[in-house]
Amino acid sequence: MNAPVVFEGIGASPKRKEDLRFLSGRGNYTDDINRPDQTYAVMLRSPHAHAAIRGIDTAAAAAMPGVVAIYTGAEMVVGSLPCGWLIHNKDGSPMNEPGHPPLAQGKVRHVGDIVAVVIAETRPQARDAAEAIAVDYEVLGAATSMAAALAPGAPLLHEGAPGNVCYDWHIGDLAVNQAAFAQAKHVVHFELVNNRLIPNAMEPRAAIGDYDRTTDQHTLYTTSQNPHVIRLLMGAFVLQIPEHKLRVVAPDVGGGFGSKIFHYAEEAIVTWAAARINRPIKWTADRTESFMSDAHGRDHVTKAKLALAADGKFLGLHVSTTANMGAYLSTFATSVPTYLSATLLAGVYTTPTIYAEVKAVFTNTVPVDAYRGAGRPEATFLLERLVDIAAKQTGIDKLELRRRNFIPADAFPYQTPVALQYDSGDYQSTLAQALKTADWDGFEARRKAAAAQGKLRGIGISTYIEACGIAPSAVAGALGARAGLYEVGAIRVHPTGSVSVLTGTHSHGQGHETTLAQLVTDRFGIPLSQVDIVHGDTDRVPFGMGTYGSRSLAVGGSAMVKAMDKIVLKARRIAAHLMEASVDDVEFDRGTFRVAGTDKTKAWGEIALTAYVPHNYPIEEIEPGLDETAFYDPKNFTYPGGCHICEVEIDPDTGAIEVINFTAVDDVGRVINPMIVEGQVQGGIAQGIGQALLETCSYDADGQLLSGSFMDYTMPRADDVGTLSVATHETLCTHNPLGVKGCGEVGAIGSPPAVINAVVDALRDYGVTHVEMPATPAKLWHIINSGRQLAAE
Amino acid sequence: MPQVTLTVNGKSHTVEVEARTLLVELLREKLRLTGTHVGCDTSQCGACVVQMNGDSVKSCTTLALQAEGATVTTIEGLAKADGTLHPMQEAFREYHALQCGFCTPGMVMSAIDLVEKHPQGLSEHEIREGLEGNLCRCTGYHNIVKAIGAAQEVMHGRSATLAPAHAAE
Ligand code: FES
Ligand code: FES
Repeated sequence: MNAPVVFEGIGASPKRKEDLRFLSGRGNYTDDINRPDQTYAVMLRSPHAHAAIRGIDTAAAAAMPGVVAIYTGAEMVVGSLPCGWLIHNKDGSPMNEPGHPPLAQGKVRHVGDIVAVVIAETRPQARDAAEAIAVDYEVLGAATSMAAALAPGAPLLHEGAPGNVCYDWHIGDLAVNQAAFAQAKHVVHFELVNNRLIPNAMEPRAAIGDYDRTTDQHTLYTTSQNPHVIRLLMGAFVLQIPEHKLRVVAPDVGGGFGSKIFHYAEEAIVTWAAARINRPIKWTADRTESFMSDAHGRDHVTKAKLALAADGKFLGLHVSTTANMGAYLSTFATSVPTYLSATLLAGVYTTPTIYAEVKAVFTNTVPVDAYRGAGRPEATFLLERLVDIAAKQTGIDKLELRRRNFIPADAFPYQTPVALQYDSGDYQSTLAQALKTADWDGFEARRKAAAAQGKLRGIGISTYIEACGIAPSAVAGALGARAGLYEVGAIRVHPTGSVSVLTGTHSHGQGHETTLAQLVTDRFGIPLSQVDIVHGDTDRVPFGMGTYGSRSLAVGGSAMVKAMDKIVLKARRIAAHLMEASVDDVEFDRGTFRVAGTDKTKAWGEIALTAYVPHNYPIEEIEPGLDETAFYDPKNFTYPGGCHICEVEIDPDTGAIEVINFTAVDDVGRVINPMIVEGQVQGGIAQGIGQALLETCSYDADGQLLSGSFMDYTMPRADDVGTLSVATHETLCTHNPLGVKGCGEVGAIGSPPAVINAVVDALRDYGVTHVEMPATPAKLWHIINSGRQLAAE
Repeated sequence: MPQVTLTVNGKSHTVEVEARTLLVELLREKLRLTGTHVGCDTSQCGACVVQMNGDSVKSCTTLALQAEGATVTTIEGLAKADGTLHPMQEAFREYHALQCGFCTPGMVMSAIDLVEKHPQGLSEHEIREGLEGNLCRCTGYHNIVKAIGAAQEVMHGRSATLAPAHAAE
């Protein structure tokens, strides 16, 4: 096999291997799959936020054409959908963990909670029958907002959670923290809301349950980011199906952004019901259902104060957050405001003491869980707004204030006061590069030019860090994770030298089929076309933990490196045998085995063939075959960081706002495929701009979802997001073999504060210190208009 | 049950449908052309866009019966028989204008119609406005806009080959 003519290894940007099928309509998404004799399920969902179920009459519905079965909570009595992360209260007691039945048991707790499943020959028949079910609800008072849920006498969601509190957690030494505030020259106070978001991957969730009575084999096809995790959670906790009888397939998945990590009720319902009716069952959400059943994101209310010395050095940070869990605990909900957020409150700064407390609250809303960035955008938004406010209050320039407090490039590894140890970074450099690219110095001229056109122009910056590459199992376990967080990579070298990689990570847009293949191309020296990545099927891939927390390359890629190490070692032994040399003398470099210092070589393909046709082979010493599996458990999180700069223009007459320039310089560690990294960052920034300017989930006081469709929930469209200038600045991760940090979430983490800082800067003459997200034209117009009235008075 | 006869990607089909059957259901479920996607139920996302009688339509908002006698092209019908991609497909690949691929069929079909209806050429701003009816949650649109800009040059014969993308752009 010849070495690739065009370099396709680490650092190259070959076009994606997956694109041809997606561009030809040949993708294989869950709803595209049809099983023989398949039926269709429709979920009957609660129209009430909080109600007792007095009775369900399914008789009329059951008699309708095509109906195969109807099940309610009375029939489906199974385990609870589990929560994967145990948090402890300040007093050391465990959090309140009420059950989450897939089908409601006597009570519904949010609009969209599932009351019954109707299974019919066709989808329209199932839909018609669902409408004929009569549910006798006794409507209870709803606690939709956290304030309402925490108020005395609030409606109680769960018997096991008094006061609607899930946990009251903290981190840091309060006494040390208070001492720092006592020393402070300046104390800056700040209160904010991190707006609730609805992830809205473009592919609605779907699930197909399939059952073979003759083998007792269950198969679930599902829109998941982590099929093994679903198999574990559903098999072990909900339905008690042992792993060898349960196959979970996550085929092509149309975007996830966190929302497809979690184990959802519908997955358990179709798997359970398929075995009851002994026929396949397909369920596909319509978008209205997605809005009221996909886990939402963010939704924190925070009070913070920052202590500064006279020279602007940060002395201490104190943060109190209430975090909305929604009606039930989704799979990783509890970890988001705690270990994925409060531990990031040092940011890129040397703040010596940090104290954070988080109260997690149940409300009559859809469960809230990880959404792109998960906790880290909340921490970053708080910090980067707070630093800007502190700059204004102390009169120190906002860039200078950041620079004075940066962790210096020579201080790594750097232990923060909130548990994490950063391994590498160079914040001054990413800042300098971003300032230059964004022409920060030329901004005042641009502001004047805009003003001459009657526009308010503002510039905003954020210098952020995040922790991803989730996660060292022992560390996560000590903090409450109920699962290991390693990853698996199995490399199969075929007899003719081509390679299949089985990875436990899952690609739902990230381009793993290309990026992960590049690792193999780079190491083995075979063309990209000779490498295929297999993922998303628990029957084909060894147990892996899936894709979230920007972990696929840092953890999954590292597992592949370990497996490739084993293969190279074995291949060298085979080559040594063939060339009658000692193993230590055989070198391997991209496809060629060479006896050091000689011209004796063997090609990759020859060694692969020898491994499977072991005629001339050291059979006494090594087994035939060239197929290795490795599990990799990371030693630490990875710490991407960077600088985002946003420039906006506001029309004071209408409040209309435009993102004029957006510059990002991100340190994501070593870049394997620059084209894909850029795409990931651009996509993340668009979601960040969405959070900052457009998106918000809103409920009314009765718990009705007001932003329940794309007509009411403002998704970023092409003309809302301008040109995005994206670049990288590499410092290598020091503890994984690839030096990679992760790029999937940085865009969504770094961008919202840059946008809002720009908005506040644009409104500098209107006396505002903060604008809550989303900064919509209506909100801006009101600010500007009331400012004008003030000026006129 | 009523019948509808239509031509899809050059092939004629006569299919029994309910009066309420949508064109997208006919394509996906009766003809098993699953490249056309459904991303919403309010005619907002554009994942379902196909060409019908030379215009782009949202197949989720078109009744199957409205397609009586129509000529429909879906994403599956774009490439030539020998596999040569349509310039728009080629441009999406070249410019990394797709990630999860779910919005892609509708995005490509809309983009083709947009370019065909503007032979004089579209500015970046016009492309962005022209994509109002298509949502993409993955890409941030940056590369989609670039891909369409490059494809229009080829589609209108102003350039023989697609301008290559530069990774560091
Ligand atoms: S599915 Fe047709 S517009 Fe969304
Ligand atoms: S590529 Fe995923 S929605 Fe557009």
